[in-house]
Amino acid sequence: MANNKMLVGFFVASESIFFVMLILAYVNFHGTVTDGPTAVNSLDPLRTGIFSLFLLASSFTVWLAGRSLSTKNHFMLKIWLFVTIILGALFIYGQATEWFGLFAQNITISRNVFGTTFFTLTGFHGFHVCVGLLMLSILLVLAMFGDFKGPKSDGVECVSIYWHFVDGVWIVVYSVIYLWAFF
Amino acid sequence: MSMKIPLVPENLKPLPRLKENEGMLSWVASVDHKQIGIMYLISTLVFFIIGGLEALVIRIQLAQPEFDFISPEVYNQMFTMHGTTMIFFVVMPFLIGLGVYLVPLMIGARDMAFPRLNALSFWLVIFGGILLYYSFLTQSGPSEVGWFAYAPLSEKPFSLNKGPTYWALGLLATGISSVASGLNNIVTILTMRAKGMTMRRLPLFVWMILVTSFLLVFVIPIIASAFAMMLLDRLLEATFFTPAHGGSAILWQHFFWGFGHPEVYILVLPAFGIISEVIPVFSRKPIFGYSFVAGSTVAIGLLSLGVWAHHMFAVGLGNVANLYFSLASMLIAIPTGVKVLNWVATMWGGKIWFATPMLFATAFIIEFVIAGLTGVAVASVPIDWVVTDSYFVVAHFHYALFGGSLFAIFAGIYYWFPKMTGRMMSETLGKWHFWLTVIGFNMTFFIQHFLGVMGMPRRTYTYHDFPYWGSMNLISTIGAIILALSVIVFAWNIRRSLKHGEKAPDNPWNAWTLEWYTTSPPAVHNFDLVPPVRGRRPLWDLAHPDQLDEPNSKVV
Ligand SMILES: [Cu+2]
Repeated sequence: MANNKMLVGFFVASESIFFVMLILAYVNFHGTVTDGPTAVNSLDPLRTGIFSLFLLASSFTVWLAGRSLSTKNHFMLKIWLFVTIILGALFIYGQATEWFGLFAQNITISRNVFGTTFFTLTGFHGFHVCVGLLMLSILLVLAMFGDFKGPKSDGVECVSIYWHFVDGVWIVVYSVIYLWAFF
Repeated sequence: MSMKIPLVPENLKPLPRLKENEGMLSWVASVDHKQIGIMYLISTLVFFIIGGLEALVIRIQLAQPEFDFISPEVYNQMFTMHGTTMIFFVVMPFLIGLGVYLVPLMIGARDMAFPRLNALSFWLVIFGGILLYYSFLTQSGPSEVGWFAYAPLSEKPFSLNKGPTYWALGLLATGISSVASGLNNIVTILTMRAKGMTMRRLPLFVWMILVTSFLLVFVIPIIASAFAMMLLDRLLEATFFTPAHGGSAILWQHFFWGFGHPEVYILVLPAFGIISEVIPVFSRKPIFGYSFVAGSTVAIGLLSLGVWAHHMFAVGLGNVANLYFSLASMLIAIPTGVKVLNWVATMWGGKIWFATPMLFATAFIIEFVIAGLTGVAVASVPIDWVVTDSYFVVAHFHYALFGGSLFAIFAGIYYWFPKMTGRMMSETLGKWHFWLTVIGFNMTFFIQHFLGVMGMPRRTYTYHDFPYWGSMNLISTIGAIILALSVIVFAWNIRRSLKHGEKAPDNPWNAWTLEWYTTSPPAVHNFDLVPPVRGRRPLWDLAHPDQLDEPNSKVV
């Protein structure tokens, strides 16, 4: 049924408004911090940029997973789902180490308005990535039990729409937080 | 391990099974849109009585100058909980619940597109309501910061009690519920219509629910993010809305009203839908200017997104911003006025039958026009500066939400009660309810316009004995007591009619939309057979094959 994909489409649209508001909050306070940590003096755009590539690549691999299903190549479906999960997890690992690095310098959500907006925005995005990883893992387990006969599956397609969305949000978030600060 | 000792003792009676149609479990576990719809309506009635009692406490406290019926803290808690309850737990879930009940029937579908999501939406509202009212059990009681919870008052250190935290959590839960219902409605209306039910033949109530659902899906996330930020401020010491730490209190106002103004249309568009169903049926004429009613709704929905700062004229946003928001707000009067003209033109020359639903619908038009007139007045910056945060504003939005939404809700209850229960409501008690409501409502709120112009600020615990203030407030309080009487009559009417009401035929009002084609109450599967839809009034076409609304339409 097309219903499921329509639901996820509108859901993702609704979620984008949620992220637009978080981004607006970040933009609103950009440049108002005169004292203490800011994006420029505490973030490493290169390191986060490299971890971002993993997330970007995972969007490609989830697409490959869907294509494998449409050609009824069940083995490659499992492989690409697995690769997608690994890439997503690597991105989360990058985010977590970045956060703990900042905590070590006493940069937290309550330190100043940069900390507040930065941790809220990246935190909500990271939460969405984790939810996506959970759904991808469920897909992988179902695929291992042979649940997806192909060539089409609403489950795979809906999770894939969501995953592309999470990826797209990150491109905007990375541009606003890292690129805007340094270029 | 011994397998013989059961961990739970055996029940004497077998547990009820999900397949049974009777009993509480068939309701609690239900995913049927009609049962969920009715559960929405019953729970909003309960919240309505709670919110009404809170209003009554407010009005008793204000009945005379320098009165101390309750403490100032409790007074603040009462107006906060009254506003929050009436908006988020009465009008919104009532209209959503009525939509859940009616939309599948009106478009000839078996159920919503996602029945389990539908059940989730309902139970999230209940969960949110429990979270909100749980704050009464905390040490210093519920939130005291008003329904729009302005920062930094709602932040630490000004509100150290847990009230605003429960408030935000409860509203976050209902917000998620609203987005889920919005999504469910959109997919249902777009994909599950019966054959021949094109968008141009959709009942206007369904049109209004569709536009409202788009608003829910795109506007609720605005406030959900603001609630998340407020909670982070309160729980993790983030600094979004605390100016002392570099945050911005005005940002909260922008975010809140960015949601708050469209919310007004979420509360009133489905009410327009009810009126657009009731007025034609009781005037025995098709709606005048169907496309204008549907089109102007879309226009209102879009315009409502760009006018939020008319709630913020007192902030001092600058002349350019004030001018824009003032003019844009006045613009909304045009599509709204178009609707009023459509309803009046539908009644014009019709054979009007003033049964209780039509009485409420007619009164709705008058009360809502008053709200519109005072609305255009406060959209003008200089007038707003004079009356902002005064009882004039209180009067204005009660005319919109009580005179508007709630009058339409009453019209809808009297109109669809026979369909939902299989019994008619008492017309005698209905007329008593109607007249007590009209008298009580106007007595309570009309005089508040004058109190506001005379300078009485809203949200003040008490007032000095200025000339006429005491007597005018007393009139308002007596009005509120009459309103309380009207609610008792209404509740009695529901109870009595449920048990002893006259048995309702399938189509007691001789109406034209599909829900009246099935039995009263509808069978579990809604329709044995959906009749062919060849126009906007399928049941008219069915009864008058030689006088079709669209003479050249083919049976699909
Ligand atoms: Cu407004």
